[in-house]
Amino acid sequence: MGLTHFLVLAVILFCIGLYGALVKKSAVVILMCIEIMLNAVTIAAVAFNRFASPELFTGQIFTLFIIAVAAAEATIGLAIIISIYKNRDTIDATKIDLMKW
Amino acid sequence: MTQTGLWLIMLLPLICGALIALGYAFFCRKPAISGYLGIAGVGGSFLISIWGLIGLLGKEGASYYAPGFSWFAVGNSIDISFNLSFDPLAAIMCFVILFVSLMVHIYSQGYMHGDKGYPRYYAFLSFFTASMLGLVLSDNLLFTFFFWELVGLASYLLIGFWFTRPAAANAAKKAFIVTRIGDVGFLAAIIILFANTGTLDIHSLNGMAEMGLIGAGVVTIAALGIFAGAVGKSAQFPLHVWLPDAMEGPTPVSALIHAATMVAAGVFLVARTYPIFESSATAMLWVSIIGAVTAIFAATMALVMNDMKRILAYSTVSQLGYMMLGLGTGGIAIGIFHLFNHAFFKSLLFLGSGSVNHATGTFDIREMGGLSKPMPVTSGTFLIASLSLAGIWPLSGFFSKDEILAGAMDGQSILFILALITVFLTAFYMFRLYFVAFGGTYRGKGNPHESPRVMSWPLLILVVPSVISGLLNAGGGFSSFLGEEVHTGFFEGLFGILLHPLALVSLAVAGGGIYLAFLMYKKKSLSPAIFTERFKGLYMVFSKKYWMDELYEGAIAKNILMKGVFAFMAFFDRKVVDGGINGFFIQKVLFSRLFSRFRTADERIVDGAVNGVASITLEGGKVGRKAQTGQLQSYGIYLAAGVVVLVMAALIIW
Repeated sequence: MGLTHFLVLAVILFCIGLYGALVKKSAVVILMCIEIMLNAVTIAAVAFNRFASPELFTGQIFTLFIIAVAAAEATIGLAIIISIYKNRDTIDATKIDLMKW
Repeated sequence: MTQTGLWLIMLLPLICGALIALGYAFFCRKPAISGYLGIAGVGGSFLISIWGLIGLLGKEGASYYAPGFSWFAVGNSIDISFNLSFDPLAAIMCFVILFVSLMVHIYSQGYMHGDKGYPRYYAFLSFFTASMLGLVLSDNLLFTFFFWELVGLASYLLIGFWFTRPAAANAAKKAFIVTRIGDVGFLAAIIILFANTGTLDIHSLNGMAEMGLIGAGVVTIAALGIFAGAVGKSAQFPLHVWLPDAMEGPTPVSALIHAATMVAAGVFLVARTYPIFESSATAMLWVSIIGAVTAIFAATMALVMNDMKRILAYSTVSQLGYMMLGLGTGGIAIGIFHLFNHAFFKSLLFLGSGSVNHATGTFDIREMGGLSKPMPVTSGTFLIASLSLAGIWPLSGFFSKDEILAGAMDGQSILFILALITVFLTAFYMFRLYFVAFGGTYRGKGNPHESPRVMSWPLLILVVPSVISGLLNAGGGFSSFLGEEVHTGFFEGLFGILLHPLALVSLAVAGGGIYLAFLMYKKKSLSPAIFTERFKGLYMVFSKKYWMDELYEGAIAKNILMKGVFAFMAFFDRKVVDGGINGFFIQKVLFSRLFSRFRTADERIVDGAVNGVASITLEGGKVGRKAQTGQLQSYGIYLAAGVVVLVMAALIIW
């Protein structure tokens, strides 16, 4: 297996995540799709680390950062969703239009 | 046994569970097949584990090993890999887990019949069995921890199986959160051990501890951390509060997870890392103290409960304390032997209570009574299991309890006295339960009947080990299998033990407990009301469960955390962080110091330009804001389209 395989996997995952984040209605699912995109990025980072510069750990270290940030993001995102649900009784992203003009 | 066989032990239930989960829609239409699939997985894995167990018998220090895969490696020093190791301890645990699991799988066909979530139930049950097997077979502490959490997850899912009932959902949450407190200690211990030894392989860690290669302070902290995990999982004082509430789950689940296997995982973990504990006298002392305190503490609460399953739950907590006491004062073999015997008779008691519930529709013993006539199989097996739990010769409970008492007698005398009082309490509460529920006349509604054969057969099969499993160690066979040399003749061990004063004392104490229960609840020559009247204070304390729930929920969760810590954080956030930035920084720093110098220039030159720009922007904004739909996702589409355009541009230019 070469670099291309991993990158194709990363691209596929990223597209799945992007598609879901753009068309799904439930805010929780959108959050999950964002996680998928982040995971696609980590796969790409680890793959580049392995095939492009195996003697350095940059890609792995960045992956660890991304995982930590993703965990924080999920926590905050869920907290926001919960408080939106408490206030507006819905987590339908199309109904949450506070940013409207 | 081959390596494939060893992997199959763990994978068979996992595969069957996964199949049920994947074909959920199909199995909802044909639920019976999902039950058969679960039974097939567990049954197959049970046969393989028997094959492995036989292969280990009579061979000193033998074990099977199946290399798995390397999970990750960093540099040359850190290599975390998942391998299976089947040594005598794991073999015994596999036997217990798979035997009880098989009985519960079969029994559940009757108990869960017609339930809407039937396939989901079997998928969870198989998943639990696979995780529990992974926990006992793993040879790496990190993977042990993973499976430790997975059984916790399975327990959460199964306690909350009827999640539409708020009580079940809350109990599931409580079980998950309370055990997690202990797990933090376990994880900390893993990190400490890894930082100090550079390995997480259990056998090399044990070897290092035996040779004294780990520093004394480190070993104590690590042992106490591991024990904290065990306290959470095995529901020891002060983290026992989740187990009685966990009885909201289906009864077969209580028999499997909350009596025989998962709650015993804490005892198993201490036994697995026993050399680490042995190197620290402090840790051993704490194990014994917590064990003895839990044993008597839970037994007192079992005296006054009226819910059948809760009596059994407190009894489980108490017996787990016994196992810990056995580990702390005696050795691996003593604690694990009690675990082994307890698994059979306690799961039998739980399945019996499920059978009673099936017939009467209640768990309240005040609404039962006189069940021995309509339900001969259930009441007969229940009686044998109660006798075994009370420690009556020659049933299995007697032998392991006697060994624990003997171990405690060699140690601290106060621990021994606590253990002996617990023997009395155990015999009393079990026979209070038996006489009230099965003796007298029926006080409930409807006509109770014996359960279907698919439920009564597992009870009859479980009676066999409940009676004879104690004999396994009468000649010291069980102990020497676990690597501790004991030589006694079989018949000397079986009958000669009756000449020991300790055995006679414990038998007399247990007999006294049964006799008191007989007088109070069967013959009714002593009125229980007089006792509750005379010991009103104690009765209050016991029936309120020492106010532990109120302490945790009221004092700690509501007041200290919500009103104290979280309120302080909110205050800090609002006043100091927000206030600091808005008030101090913007007003004082920016406005007064910076802006005042530029004010003159600002008003004349900049304002004129800005006002002009502003009015243009304002007019433009009126048009442009139409693009702001407020729909997060439409912004996302613009963003993604922008990225695509940029990438395309970059590709064309280069």
